[in-house]
Amino acid sequence: MIEPRESLLEVRGLRVEFEGRAAVDDVSFEIAPAEVLGLVGESGSGKSTLARALLRLVPAAQGTVRFRGTDLLRCTGRALRRHRRDLQIVFQDPLASLDPRMTVGETLAEPLEIFEPTIGTRERRTRVAEMLERVGLAPQVAGRYPHEFSGGQCQRIGIARAMMQRPELLVCDEPVSSLDMSIQGQIVNLLSDLQRDLGTAMLFISHNLAVVRHLSQRVMVMYAGRIVEIAGASELFAAPVHPYTRALLAAVPDPAAALCPPGEPLVYSYER
Amino acid sequence: MSAAPTVAATERAPPILRVDALKVRYALDGAEIAAVREVSLDVAVGECLGIVGESGSGKSQMVLAALGLLASNARTLGSARFEGKELLGLPLAALNRIRGSKLSMVFQDPMTSLTPHLRIGVQLAEVLVHHAGATWSHAQRAALDMLERVRVPDARRRLRQYPHELSGGMRQRVMIGMSLMCEPKLVIADEPTSALDATVQAQILALLREVRAQSGLSIVLISHDLGAVASLAERIVVMYAGRVVESAPTMELLRAPRHPYTSLLIECAPSLHRPRLDRMPSLLGLPPSPRDAEIGCAFAPRCPRVTDRCRVQRPPLRRIDEVAEVACHHPLAP
Repeated sequence: MIEPRESLLEVRGLRVEFEGRAAVDDVSFEIAPAEVLGLVGESGSGKSTLARALLRLVPAAQGTVRFRGTDLLRCTGRALRRHRRDLQIVFQDPLASLDPRMTVGETLAEPLEIFEPTIGTRERRTRVAEMLERVGLAPQVAGRYPHEFSGGQCQRIGIARAMMQRPELLVCDEPVSSLDMSIQGQIVNLLSDLQRDLGTAMLFISHNLAVVRHLSQRVMVMYAGRIVEIAGASELFAAPVHPYTRALLAAVPDPAAALCPPGEPLVYSYER
Repeated sequence: MSAAPTVAATERAPPILRVDALKVRYALDGAEIAAVREVSLDVAVGECLGIVGESGSGKSQMVLAALGLLASNARTLGSARFEGKELLGLPLAALNRIRGSKLSMVFQDPMTSLTPHLRIGVQLAEVLVHHAGATWSHAQRAALDMLERVRVPDARRRLRQYPHELSGGMRQRVMIGMSLMCEPKLVIADEPTSALDATVQAQILALLREVRAQSGLSIVLISHDLGAVASLAERIVVMYAGRVVESAPTMELLRAPRHPYTSLLIECAPSLHRPRLDRMPSLLGLPPSPRDAEIGCAFAPRCPRVTDRCRVQRPPLRRIDEVAEVACHHPLAP
């Protein structure tokens, strides 16, 4: 197992229970600053519960979640609020995670109003416009409502909202699973740009192994609430150790498997 | 690899399903929405045809229209013949003699397509009672056999359970079992594995393959996932913006796509069998809205091979070689 030198997030012995049964059981891992850690596993394996427990959206029964040395599970009031700026989440369903009655501009301005109440209207508007451009949307869309956008565009808005406070850690819970194949790549590339340009660390959750391999430096595999394997991305995909990881890898229907001569890279001339 | 039944259909057995110039439109707030611009396709007897396209491409609307399952404000034009019999405009009673018995459907979400307050056994059995006039005791025995056939473990106990007591994969097995109760000739599966996990998805695709090998039924498999479709279908039809843009046998389509959109779709399919790249391949832009008027080729704004001609003149679907059809002014070389 690779031990990052200095952890941004350090999780130890985390347990989350629902009606006395463990949904997340004795989970420990670290994320280094600017690192992308992938998390794969089937529905019901506890991936989303783990993500939510890190952000304290569901209560943990046991364990510690140290963020820059502070245990988030024992934070209250002002201290907890301060850390909420540094940890943000992007959800699976881009439309459902946006407030239908708020314009895109209002949605993006809200974190600024909460965390930086002293800044003026004009600066707020500038910051919203900058973020919209960064996620690949025209600043003019600020006046429009979520239902006017496609799924991929809504996910860009969800990412923009999460990034407004320049969080140090972005939790992405299946951010591309509900998007069409041709759009998934756009969103994955956007996330990798943000990670590169802003140094945002990510916990990237997906059941799509190819996407996880693309973005992550290390990958964890979760099964029945536990981490069963954690390894560097290339090692995990080249030589999976746990039987469940192997089953997961074997199950992916992959058109390229049938056509791609091994070792010969395809040329992607259409991109950008 | 067999020849594409679209050419061969006239020489061989007639197709089990023939969709001809099918159009689906909605009138909404005074505007007209073209959900399906125009689609023609054949499904040969015993064939598994894959239909691939993004959301909004019209792939589901097309089959729902053929089966008379669209909302009442939809207007359907054209023709959909099942075993030579026109389905469009058929009176409900006559349609119901075909639907659910000779022609059945499997939907994406097995939770919402099963009745939540009825036991699995009742739901399976009532298909036979309703469509085939079987007695309840006979139908219940058949339900048990069917659950075993679709490899639901502990079938006897499952018969007495309710849908919420089953996992997503088990529910989809039940749905597939239900679609097979009357030994249909054609099963239309609309995104049957999209809501399932990778390992479960692989099991369900394997089940469909097995069922087909046993009974020789025809399948239409609709999905946005080229990988899933390619693992089952002999022939793939690619839809974009309410039209067929390419149709070819699976291996030909994957090896040498002729339409630039198909080629990009294949590149975009996330793959573990290709080297990790700096950028994830993606298509820029968005598909056109079904509200927009159609000028030229619908794919032109996103196409790397676009010319002025594409922007003004819509390319018709034409036969390009013995096995493939493509709607493009500048198709890729095989």
